[in-house]
Amino acid sequence: MGFAQSLYFTGAEVGLSLSGLVLLLVTAWTSHKAARAITVLAVAALFGAAIFTGVALWETSPVADAFGGLYRVDAFGSFAKVLIYLATIACLIVTPRFFAERGAYRGEYPVLMLFSAVGAGMMVSATDLMTLYIGLEMSSLSSYIFASFLKGDWRSNEAGLKYFILGALASGIILYGMSLVYGFAGTTNYAGIRVAFEASFPTGALFGMVFVLAGLAFKIAAVPFHMWTPDVYEGAPTPVTAFFASAPKVAAVGMLMRIAFGPFGGEAEAWRQIVIFASLASIVVGALGAIGQQNLKRLLAYSSINNIGFLLIGLAAATPAGAAGVAIYLAIYVPMTLGSFVALLMLRDREGRPLETFADISGLATTRPALAWCLMLLMFSLAGIPPLFGFWAKFVVFQAAVEADLVALAAIGIAASVIGAFYYIKFIKTMFFDDSARAPEERSPAGHWAVLALCVLAISPLAYLATPWLGAVADRAAASLFLFS
Amino acid sequence: MGFPILSVTLAVPLAAAIVCLFLNAPAARTLALAATLADLALGIVLWANYDIGGAQWQFTERADLFAGFQYALGIDGIALMLIVLSVFLMPICILASWDAIDRRVGEYMAAFLLMETLMIGVFCAQDLFLFYIMFEAGLIPMYLIIGVWGGANRIYASYKFFLYTLLGSVLMLIAMLWMVNVAGTTSIPALMQYDFAPQAQTWLWLAFFASFAVKMPMWPAHTWLPDAHVQAPTAGSVILAGVLLKMGGYGFIRFSLPMFPEASAQFMWLIFGLSMAAVVITSLIALVQHDMKKLIAYSSVAHMAIVTAGLFAFNVQGLEGAMVMMLSHGLVSGALFLCVGVIYDRLHTREIDRYGGLSINMPMYALFFMVFTMASIGLPGTSGFVAEFISLVGVYEASSLATLVLTTGIILGAAYMLYLYWRVAFGVQRNADAAAMRDLTGREWLMLAPIAAAVLWMGVYPESFLAPMRKDIATLDARLAGAAPTGDARLAPGKPRSYPANAIAHEAAAAGEAE
Repeated sequence: MGFAQSLYFTGAEVGLSLSGLVLLLVTAWTSHKAARAITVLAVAALFGAAIFTGVALWETSPVADAFGGLYRVDAFGSFAKVLIYLATIACLIVTPRFFAERGAYRGEYPVLMLFSAVGAGMMVSATDLMTLYIGLEMSSLSSYIFASFLKGDWRSNEAGLKYFILGALASGIILYGMSLVYGFAGTTNYAGIRVAFEASFPTGALFGMVFVLAGLAFKIAAVPFHMWTPDVYEGAPTPVTAFFASAPKVAAVGMLMRIAFGPFGGEAEAWRQIVIFASLASIVVGALGAIGQQNLKRLLAYSSINNIGFLLIGLAAATPAGAAGVAIYLAIYVPMTLGSFVALLMLRDREGRPLETFADISGLATTRPALAWCLMLLMFSLAGIPPLFGFWAKFVVFQAAVEADLVALAAIGIAASVIGAFYYIKFIKTMFFDDSARAPEERSPAGHWAVLALCVLAISPLAYLATPWLGAVADRAAASLFLFS
Repeated sequence: MGFPILSVTLAVPLAAAIVCLFLNAPAARTLALAATLADLALGIVLWANYDIGGAQWQFTERADLFAGFQYALGIDGIALMLIVLSVFLMPICILASWDAIDRRVGEYMAAFLLMETLMIGVFCAQDLFLFYIMFEAGLIPMYLIIGVWGGANRIYASYKFFLYTLLGSVLMLIAMLWMVNVAGTTSIPALMQYDFAPQAQTWLWLAFFASFAVKMPMWPAHTWLPDAHVQAPTAGSVILAGVLLKMGGYGFIRFSLPMFPEASAQFMWLIFGLSMAAVVITSLIALVQHDMKKLIAYSSVAHMAIVTAGLFAFNVQGLEGAMVMMLSHGLVSGALFLCVGVIYDRLHTREIDRYGGLSINMPMYALFFMVFTMASIGLPGTSGFVAEFISLVGVYEASSLATLVLTTGIILGAAYMLYLYWRVAFGVQRNADAAAMRDLTGREWLMLAPIAAAVLWMGVYPESFLAPMRKDIATLDARLAGAAPTGDARLAPGKPRSYPANAIAHEAAAAGEAE
């Protein structure tokens, strides 16, 4: 395979990296005033990358390796990358106002977003442990900076520090696991590992696999590696939290899927127990932990833990249908969570201070009806109540679990989802049933509205009309994961 | 074929609901009334064009819009009658909310219209998951109706309603996924013919039971109902008692019985036991209530228990009786809640002791209230009599013991309803403000008179309502025949003697030798 062809396959990443580098130079030689222009250019670059990648979703996607098996182009990678790029675009659109008002917006922010997107794209496309690790660190290091981007705010700094220390620990765990895997398999290539492990799978290799999965569980914030999530989500600036809950999460789940079905695909029985435990624990802890929360960002952090639990049910099925379920879940989860955080961003009082607690949003239905209705739809969707599209996400993963004979897991998981419904409807109760307490800001910027409207449209009942298309794309994506050469 | 009448019936209230969100109060009221009346007209067209004795599923529509399930609609006689009940009650609910609801009217009307779409959708869905979506989605508008426009303790009631019903339904979803995985189809008519393995039926039945027993509600999962009823606005109570509770009964008749006949037979005594307990216990509870709405709510639980007992009697009478009971209870309890609403609007209390002697200053009101009280008790000539009589005949064939206990409940029912009526309408006028209340207004006449007419119609000539359902119930009975347990009320034929009973001893002996 020629070098030129490899470059073509990685075109999205190459393009984004080059734009990132150029924009970095521009940032260095212009004042902070240019930050908005740089954001626009970064969005344009991401949009271009999304289109370049997304075209593959419409056709029968090619499966091809680039750079001698370090990197793979397939339907799954394209699917995840389109989601990542779109989520990053949405985050970039709603970010500038928040930081600009605090005098903290810099051109570095969109540039780092670009690098983070490149790293995330590499995570989901990597077919070699080395590529995987580079992508992971590229995305993580940007994230640490985002968390502490408000330099003067101690909460932001604390979040950044916590995220960095615990993230570094998780990276260490992954690296340790990778070294064990490499030691026993003798290769870092996914296909090679698969072949080696199918020939023999000693206990040491099992340890390696468990360490890799544990580190990944940290990255996706699955219980019992979830402790950092509420603190980081609460402390980080809200647009950053929106980003954390979307693009890096898609990347981490995509990477987890590729590893689980790729190099460790022959050992599904071995990792299934871990995944089932993490899944149920995440659902229950995510639901119970959220009940007592007053801070909305903290609550949404627990909600994301809860959602990861449902995602892992699809993974536990370890079938193509389960993988397709996870892909569909991701595609629905991203607009749900992004929409919720964007709505939170739009909640400010007259002086521009963010409204972040339950007490602040009571009676929102009378003061900001449109916003309250959007939030209501998002919350019912997160709770998985039909006819909102969040139901479909849960439906497909549970269907996969039932088809894989994991009826008990599905039954316990869905029964636990009722606990989660409690705090989602508490949101609605506060907005609709209680009397209004604070007067929120009356108008929000058009950019925020556009993102929110698109997210709400994506989770509205109308989205059911897209299920045949979404199902077909997700099936292709899942099939490409199992197509292992 | 041709005109997609069911889709239109679903679309009219849905479209009106969306428009209502953006209208001011008077316009929203008018639009909601117009939309529900249009749906009533469509419902009547549906009934008029329903071919009695024709194909089992009529007005079928089908479109492959979604992955994993279909947009498939169609009705049989059972669904037809429940749809007619829904569309009949909806304009009355809108009228009942005309003055009582004065804030956020647009949103209120939107919630009600959405509710109507979903209720009709539940009854005409022919796809398992389409049914589930409609069934579950009803939680959203009802949660809002109770929570936003309800009484003082509305938050607690709305949470309880939401979480109870949700917990009941989610297990049903897992059972549905399993069924579809095994049977390979999501079509309800096809699944009604599918024979699941008997062991699997037990689990599936229990999962569906969890959902329908909460929705119905059956004792002891009924505790959400009195709270929800008391806190909901009048129209909310009407729709809750009139139609939403019927979804549980509809679920039993559409899913549990035809899809899992063996398991249904196996659990017959669970149902009978819970029904007997419910009838006696909730009737006794109703007897000591001071809150009118709570009393009627408990009476609903008792009446629904007769429905469940009738459904699981495994014979035509039981099934027909249960269906008539559902229709009759939908009308009667709805009307009773409206009667409570009428005086609540004037005095803003549901405390029974605050009223008294209303027949003096509100004679017309007292008349209507009496008609519905009698119908609730089951006086001959009203729908309640037909319902109770047929269902108890059915239950008697299955178990005379259950019938005995259920009949006790009916006597208790007469006690609490008459006691309520006596305290409210008769006796001395204890409070000046209650004595000064005006009689029914024209709008209230419009609400109560049609229901009273329907109640009497069903009481005198139930054939109109039974005829469309007869063939479907016979089909269901044939499906159940293989599993039906033998009842204790049938005469056990003994071995015939070979000689006459009055034969003298030696002749008998001779006859015996001759053989």
